Amino acid sequence: MTDTNTSMAPAGEPKRFGSLLEQSDRTKRRNAKEKRFRLYGVAAIAVGLIFLTALVVTIILNGIPAFTQTHMTLQIELPADKLDKKGERNLADIKKVSTFGYNPLIDAALVRAVTEAGVETDITKGKDLRDMLSSGAGAQLRNAVLENPDLIGTTHAFTLLTSSRVDGYMKGRVTRVSLARDKNLTPEHLNIVDGLVDTGAIRRSFSWNFITGTDASESRPEQAGMGVAMLGSFFMMLVVLVLSLPIGVAASIYLEEFAPQNTFTDFIEVNISNLAAVPSIVFGILGLAVFIQFAHLPQSAPIVGGLTLTLMTLPTIVISTRASLKSVPPSIRDAALGVGASKMQSVLHHVLPLAMPGILTGTIIGLAQALGETAPLLLIGMVGYIATNYPDGIASGFLDPNSAMPAQIYEWAKRADPAFYERAWGGIIILLVFLVTMNAIAVMLRRRFERRW
Amino acid sequence: MKDNIISEMDVTTDKIKISARDVQVYYGDNHAIKDVSVEIQDKTVTAFIGPSGCGKSTFLRCINRMNDTIDICRVEGDILIDGEDIYDSNVDPVQLRAKVGMVFQKPNPFPKSIYDNVAYGPRIHGLARNKSELDDIVERALKRAAIWNEVKDRLHAPGTGLSGGQQQRLCIARAIATEPEVLLMDEPCSALDPIATAQVEELIDELRQDYSVVIVTHSMQQAARVSQKTAFFHLGNLVEYGETDKIFTSPEDPRTESYITGRIG
Repeated sequence: MTDTNTSMAPAGEPKRFGSLLEQSDRTKRRNAKEKRFRLYGVAAIAVGLIFLTALVVTIILNGIPAFTQTHMTLQIELPADKLDKKGERNLADIKKVSTFGYNPLIDAALVRAVTEAGVETDITKGKDLRDMLSSGAGAQLRNAVLENPDLIGTTHAFTLLTSSRVDGYMKGRVTRVSLARDKNLTPEHLNIVDGLVDTGAIRRSFSWNFITGTDASESRPEQAGMGVAMLGSFFMMLVVLVLSLPIGVAASIYLEEFAPQNTFTDFIEVNISNLAAVPSIVFGILGLAVFIQFAHLPQSAPIVGGLTLTLMTLPTIVISTRASLKSVPPSIRDAALGVGASKMQSVLHHVLPLAMPGILTGTIIGLAQALGETAPLLLIGMVGYIATNYPDGIASGFLDPNSAMPAQIYEWAKRADPAFYERAWGGIIILLVFLVTMNAIAVMLRRRFERRW
Repeated sequence: MKDNIISEMDVTTDKIKISARDVQVYYGDNHAIKDVSVEIQDKTVTAFIGPSGCGKSTFLRCINRMNDTIDICRVEGDILIDGEDIYDSNVDPVQLRAKVGMVFQKPNPFPKSIYDNVAYGPRIHGLARNKSELDDIVERALKRAAIWNEVKDRLHAPGTGLSGGQQQRLCIARAIATEPEVLLMDEPCSALDPIATAQVEELIDELRQDYSVVIVTHSMQQAARVSQKTAFFHLGNLVEYGETDKIFTSPEDPRTESYITGRIG
């Protein structure tokens, strides 16, 4: 209290203001308070930015390697007497030779390649050398031959996937120390790999297969790709868009413009807000009960996923649509009614076009939310399904079992092989690219359609 | 600026256009309009004056049933236009509003082109069979609203880009494009500067030849300038109704006198 006394004029001479050139104690305290308050804000934003940067950097560092893949180029001899005994180049005959028939050819080519590279090694058997290649290499070679039977009888260069351990060695994930306890590959193999890298037979390059390919079984992470899961997500989003946009917009227009204000509509309103806050797994179990157990729709199918996610997206769309309808000034409605437009005409001709940017933004945000949703997919069986086939056609896209991007990421993260872990990070990058793109589109649409009044 | 000459003009017709009997309006529990009975003549400008919250706008909005859009609003009593009860259950408010046009307090053009603003009414009512007829209607309405010369070169520019006074005249053009018989104006000049106000007032006087115009205004000078009949509302009651000259020179009710002399309101 002594402070205030000094700033005040002596008693008996009530002078309210001192010099404006010096701040009173009160003002100083107030300014200090304001300064602190601003600092808190800046600090909060800084913490947020640090987390964001850490997130983005981690995702990129961990995920980028998934987009490259190590391949080995081998000169493989395709003897006609083994692959096509009749010599008629009849596809049915060639098909009789199974993947196992191709493995010896690869083995021979490997032995030759190692000898040519001049690597001294204890591993002499081709079968053991084949550990460096993906277990799918035989099938890869067979498919190439089936596609082009004329190759039979020649020696041709094939680029085959290496095993995930060799790939991991090229990416720095696998070391000689870590291989000491690994049954799939020995440190000795890595000497050969070093030699083959020198000759250029083993190369690491950008891999479209990760983006467009199918998922692969647990033992072949090097073959796994996101492509089919992306299609699954695409078909799901199609269902969500086609159902939730018209239903959501129609419901919001009715509630906002036509419905009478009474207890019943209040009840509906409260429930829509509540639905938006319901955990997504609840929608998942609802989808399981209604769409699969009751309606007998196919399990793991994008149509069920889409329907379930529609339930989840609807409240978001309804809420954002109602907010944007509300933001249209009532004077526009009056104007339309005043010239004798019906209620519907005033909504369709004037209110809806003005609310469009908000509706579109809300829809895209809702879709983006649905795109990243994993929990409901757990319950309807879209997780755990190994998506090794592309859907053939649109009906198959909706009805055949599939996975979705977040489900695929979850699935990979669950698997034991660290190579899958890397692919999970890569999948997250793809998912985030989609989400950022959708948000950018939302911002663009908003700018594009925004009108002043 | 206009002088008082307009108000001295005789009322040219005695035909009753709008007749209200014992109208009561409730907003929920609030009794906003009490026992209002009034007869509004054709081809006349009738001004509603009174302090804020006295119910004049509410009553105006009853005449084209704009109050229907407010959920809690309830109207009792009869309002007849040309002898027909507009609150009859057979009456479609949309048809009514085509016959009774309205201009609002704040200029509210649609965020569309000037042309589309005016053409909207005729389009939804099917008044034009083809494009050239519609063009004629738009031109006629804009000319009548005394804005044609200012906008004829930019009919496809947005209506929201006009100045406040031009926007209000555009709204008047939009209202008269549907060929209504009654034109309701809810404080049409309250957002305008004196010059724009003068233009709109001049326009109102011209519109009188074809329409029955009812105007709500806060400005007593404006009521005196443009109207032939004036109704004074106070606390939901219609206190006095009569020839404008008489209301402003020798009002019968002491409340009217207090209001026009500036003692209350």
